[in-house]
Amino acid sequence: MYDIKALYEAHSVEEAVRLRVEHPEAQIIAGGSDVLVQIREGKRAGAELISIYLMDELRGISLDEAENIRIGSLTCFTSITNDPIIQKYINVLGEAVDQVGGPQIRNIGTIGGNTCNGVTSADSASTLFAWDAVIELTGPEGVRRIPIQQFYLRAGKVDIRPGEIQTAILIPKASYENCYGHYIKYAMRNAMDIATLGCSVNVRLSPDKRTVERARIAYGVAGPVPLRASTAEAVAQGQAPSLALADRFAKAVLEDIHPRDSWRAAKDFREHIAVETARRAFLESVRLAGGELA
Amino acid sequence: MSKSVGQSKLRVDAYDKVTGRAEYTDDLCAPDALIARIVHSTIAHGMVTGVDTAQAESVPGVVKVLTCFDVPDRPFPTAGHPWSTDPHHQDVADRLLLNRHVRYYGDDVAVVIAENEVAATQAARLVKVTYEEYPFVLDAQEAMGFDGPPIHEERPDNILAHTQIRRGDYETARQEPGLIRVEGWYDTPTVQHCHIENHICYASMEKGRITVVSSTQIPHIIRRVCGQALGIPWGKVRIVKPYIGGGFGNKQDALYEPLCAWLTTQVGGRTVKIDCAREETFVNNRVRHAIRTHIISYVRPDGTLAARKFECFSNQGAYASHGHSIAAKGMGAFPQLYPCDNIEADAYTVYTNRPVAGAMRGYGIPQAMWAGECHLDDIARKLGRDPVEYRRQIVMPQGYTDAFSKNCNYYDTFNQVMDKGMAAIGYEEKRKAYANQTGPIRRGIGMALFWYNTAVWPISLESSSCRMVLNQDGSVQVQTGETEIGQGCDTAYAQMAADAIGIPFEDVHIVSTQDTDVTPFGTGAYASRQTYIGGFSIQQTGQMLKDRILTYAVELTRQTRANLDLVDGQIVRTSDGQVLMSLGELATEALYSLSHSQHLTAESTYQIKNNAYSFGCTFAEVEVDIPLCKVKLLNIVNVHDCGRLINPALAEAQVHGGMSMGIGYGLSEQLLFDPKTGRALNNNLLDYKLSTFMDHPHLQALFVENPEPTSPYGTKALGEPPACSPAPAIRSAILNATGVAVNQTPMTPHVLFRAFREAGLFQEGETAHV
Amino acid sequence: MSIQYKHIQCTINGRPVDKMVDVRASLTDLLRNDFRLHSVKKGCEVGECGACNVIIDGRCYNSCIYLAVWADGKNIRTLESLLGPNGELSDIQQAFVDEAAVQCGFCTPGFIMTAVEILESGKEYTDDQLRKALSGHLCRCTGYENILRAVKKAMYRRLGKPMPEA
Repeated sequence: MYDIKALYEAHSVEEAVRLRVEHPEAQIIAGGSDVLVQIREGKRAGAELISIYLMDELRGISLDEAENIRIGSLTCFTSITNDPIIQKYINVLGEAVDQVGGPQIRNIGTIGGNTCNGVTSADSASTLFAWDAVIELTGPEGVRRIPIQQFYLRAGKVDIRPGEIQTAILIPKASYENCYGHYIKYAMRNAMDIATLGCSVNVRLSPDKRTVERARIAYGVAGPVPLRASTAEAVAQGQAPSLALADRFAKAVLEDIHPRDSWRAAKDFREHIAVETARRAFLESVRLAGGELA
Repeated sequence: MSKSVGQSKLRVDAYDKVTGRAEYTDDLCAPDALIARIVHSTIAHGMVTGVDTAQAESVPGVVKVLTCFDVPDRPFPTAGHPWSTDPHHQDVADRLLLNRHVRYYGDDVAVVIAENEVAATQAARLVKVTYEEYPFVLDAQEAMGFDGPPIHEERPDNILAHTQIRRGDYETARQEPGLIRVEGWYDTPTVQHCHIENHICYASMEKGRITVVSSTQIPHIIRRVCGQALGIPWGKVRIVKPYIGGGFGNKQDALYEPLCAWLTTQVGGRTVKIDCAREETFVNNRVRHAIRTHIISYVRPDGTLAARKFECFSNQGAYASHGHSIAAKGMGAFPQLYPCDNIEADAYTVYTNRPVAGAMRGYGIPQAMWAGECHLDDIARKLGRDPVEYRRQIVMPQGYTDAFSKNCNYYDTFNQVMDKGMAAIGYEEKRKAYANQTGPIRRGIGMALFWYNTAVWPISLESSSCRMVLNQDGSVQVQTGETEIGQGCDTAYAQMAADAIGIPFEDVHIVSTQDTDVTPFGTGAYASRQTYIGGFSIQQTGQMLKDRILTYAVELTRQTRANLDLVDGQIVRTSDGQVLMSLGELATEALYSLSHSQHLTAESTYQIKNNAYSFGCTFAEVEVDIPLCKVKLLNIVNVHDCGRLINPALAEAQVHGGMSMGIGYGLSEQLLFDPKTGRALNNNLLDYKLSTFMDHPHLQALFVENPEPTSPYGTKALGEPPACSPAPAIRSAILNATGVAVNQTPMTPHVLFRAFREAGLFQEGETAHV
Repeated sequence: MSIQYKHIQCTINGRPVDKMVDVRASLTDLLRNDFRLHSVKKGCEVGECGACNVIIDGRCYNSCIYLAVWADGKNIRTLESLLGPNGELSDIQQAFVDEAAVQCGFCTPGFIMTAVEILESGKEYTDDQLRKALSGHLCRCTGYENILRAVKKAMYRRLGKPMPEA
């Protein structure tokens, strides 16, 4: 039995927004795999909750008229992994969220909840950062769309304003077209774990596969919020893919990341792993893109 | 004649467990039970100066708030040992039901009793405790002579106990010219049992007596401890033990039963339930002792051991629980496994401000094997010898007899288990193939032996009792005080009983629940004693019952007693094998006879004054990804000589579980503490890295069946041994792969990162791509 | 403070259910306390051990972190639904018995329900895929070895194929 003061259930976006306005103190609960745990811990004990879990309109993945990928915020991880659009255009996202917890957690956990938590270790977040995802929020004033990097304000805090709920995550066509990526979750176990470090890389090669037109890399747990390693990206851009390039790209991430010492892992260890995973994820991305190493 | 023993009979409790019918403690508890929530200290060491319960008491639904100022001032012991009537051998009584002097972060300070869970939890958060804080210490060696108030006043230097073994003359022997000196410090972590059912109990009163239903391994011991803690006659306490969701030693201790028993007395005998949260199971139950071991060996160039020194420092945590028994057992293995004429060994058990360490599968031997087997590999490496070949030279030989326990190594077991393990894993070929590897990803193969003592004799009492009751249909109820905790003893007992009486396995009805009001006295499930110890009283009682049946059969069949036997549930004339009547017919007649009605039963106690060595080994093969600091276990094989197998399928299953625990011990499990506060950091199943389904390779369990001569069924320990050697075997394989000897377990990526960096392995790794 | 209830209608083990539910209740609370479905076990109450696993509309969930009110309109199945009318074990239950995949039994109901979802998919899984599909459950007794064996055995039997040699 959870220590819940009151539960308000929304069945539509409109109703959710109204409840948000009426109960500004209430906590939104999507799948609940984080919120309920926090209530039990005492952190959110006695909370009022706005449950949006039953809002089926926020589930599912589609292409909009501009062929941007639209992921409803309540889409669970299992559905993302199994979705044909995801598999075709951004398979790495499906692979990344397929490493969240275990099957049960992937059935209940939603991508909206994963991002709205604002935690740096979220398995979806580094890939969404690396693919320049756009967060869609709906509030009393209508719809607001912001790049995911702006959505994360600080650890545990995202830019959801009063009355708003997150309604979708968009991957622009320009971001995913001809792009291939790989995610490495570094954790202590092969299941039921949170990332010690998450590294997501993707590349777009020139049509002749000889040049890296664009490389993007983002990390979870390399700082208080997920982050991009732009120095490394610049190192790779316009270069011929090679083992040496992978090395330079990987070492350059140290310019951008700033993991901390915690009981979960030491800073120098995380830095070491960040470099090694960057190298491997880069090489794998090149391979997936059909590139050959010079 | 043996029909059931040795067969892979299906578990007698399997049907109920796969249908959800098997009832565990919470399933039996009345829905209107009061809920108790414990208020835990938020400092690691200090004195409670006050508890303000006013706010908590105002929460609707709260029935009572009790604090450390309310409990009886009657210290009690908690260890699940047989009681000793000799005051010098009694367990240390060093805790109260709730404690003013708090000795670890999470110590029990107060309790809220409420009508429901939410009210209890809310109110527990509102209890305000004020403290006078003392300095605290988390490390055993640092705690010895720590400059601060002692954790227990009776032990000013925080040393709970120190014992030693002296053999020969270490100081003189080590002066022998030409000796090679090998020294190492080997560390093991605090780990937890992680049975999937948390500890839970509930208590109520009836006719002035207290009944506690509990998830425990040791109902009769719990009755005694509740009596001691409350200061009431032990017969006023009744303990019921239903099915339990695993124990592994944690539940071989009085956990919250004494408190729960006291709470019901404070609310007029109403039912009160204490249902530990997982976080509490980690911190407020028991953990495995973290032990640091220092070994120095002086070895002759031919490999023989000239002199050896052993010191271990066992982290007891805040209260004595099983105390020094664990370190002492570990130390006891040292002079026996690799005998040496000159030995100096010291074991210290030290109070610290960590959670309380108690019994856990292996009872000191996983720690001792970690240290001893790592050290053996270190010697072998220094001598340039193969780990297996070197062990063959110096391991306890066949015929070795321990002077104290009188245990004897009757067979050439060590060579047999090593031969079997080597063949199964392909040791020699792989050892060759993995020599001289370079590159970032390398493979290695390694091994470790273990030594284990089946039961607790002669240190402690060993006895078992059994009751058998014949039903009208010729089936038999069997009861023992030894408990089914998942290990499968009910099934093994049914097999033994069937053979002892002479009836089919299906006709044995094991009473799985222990109820101290009706179950014959037995000390419960611990050590690796159930099958060995239970076997004595089951065989004896079975023969008694059989004798009574056949004596009665004389009247019905007019044959002599000597010419009668009970075979497979039939009364048989032995001279010609003729079946004279079924046991069912006899039993019905015996109960309802108008001329001679008799209820045929038997009950007896057998005191065992023997013990048995149980040996085996682990072989492990790993792949080490050096740049990622990760070890992948590719293959692992355990080989055991646990005597004759009572039930091969269940034996194999039990070995799997022990191997899994051993793998976690080697690679991932560790309870961590905040050095600034003493608080446990990862006391949940997400952050404590128990192996998941995806973290194991195929687990292979093999056996060498040398019948144990002292056991009526030729059996000996298997429950704990599988967890004893995997960790050092994995270490041995990592050493083989990388040349890096890791001296602390678990060998997590964090540990390997430092070790590999120090060994200069990364430069090499970075140029070679994966 | 008055307790807030919600009226729900759902199907539990094939039986239509109409119930006033305390909004604070987890689905574990509902199934254990109101329906005495004791196969649903509590091992951590935060979705880390899998002991409370049930099938909701064909997919497995940890009922401990699933609000009871969300059960409205859902089809919920627990281990108790598997038994035949005369107490016959289902194939997967029998496989757990035969392969000695049960020890203390506390994780068993949750594992079996995940196995049911696996078997109902009608797909053939590799060992690695099975390990992953079963990875939401922790077990301390078995090392998972015989559980894998039991699920594999039942899977191949349903597929009508011989089980490959290990």
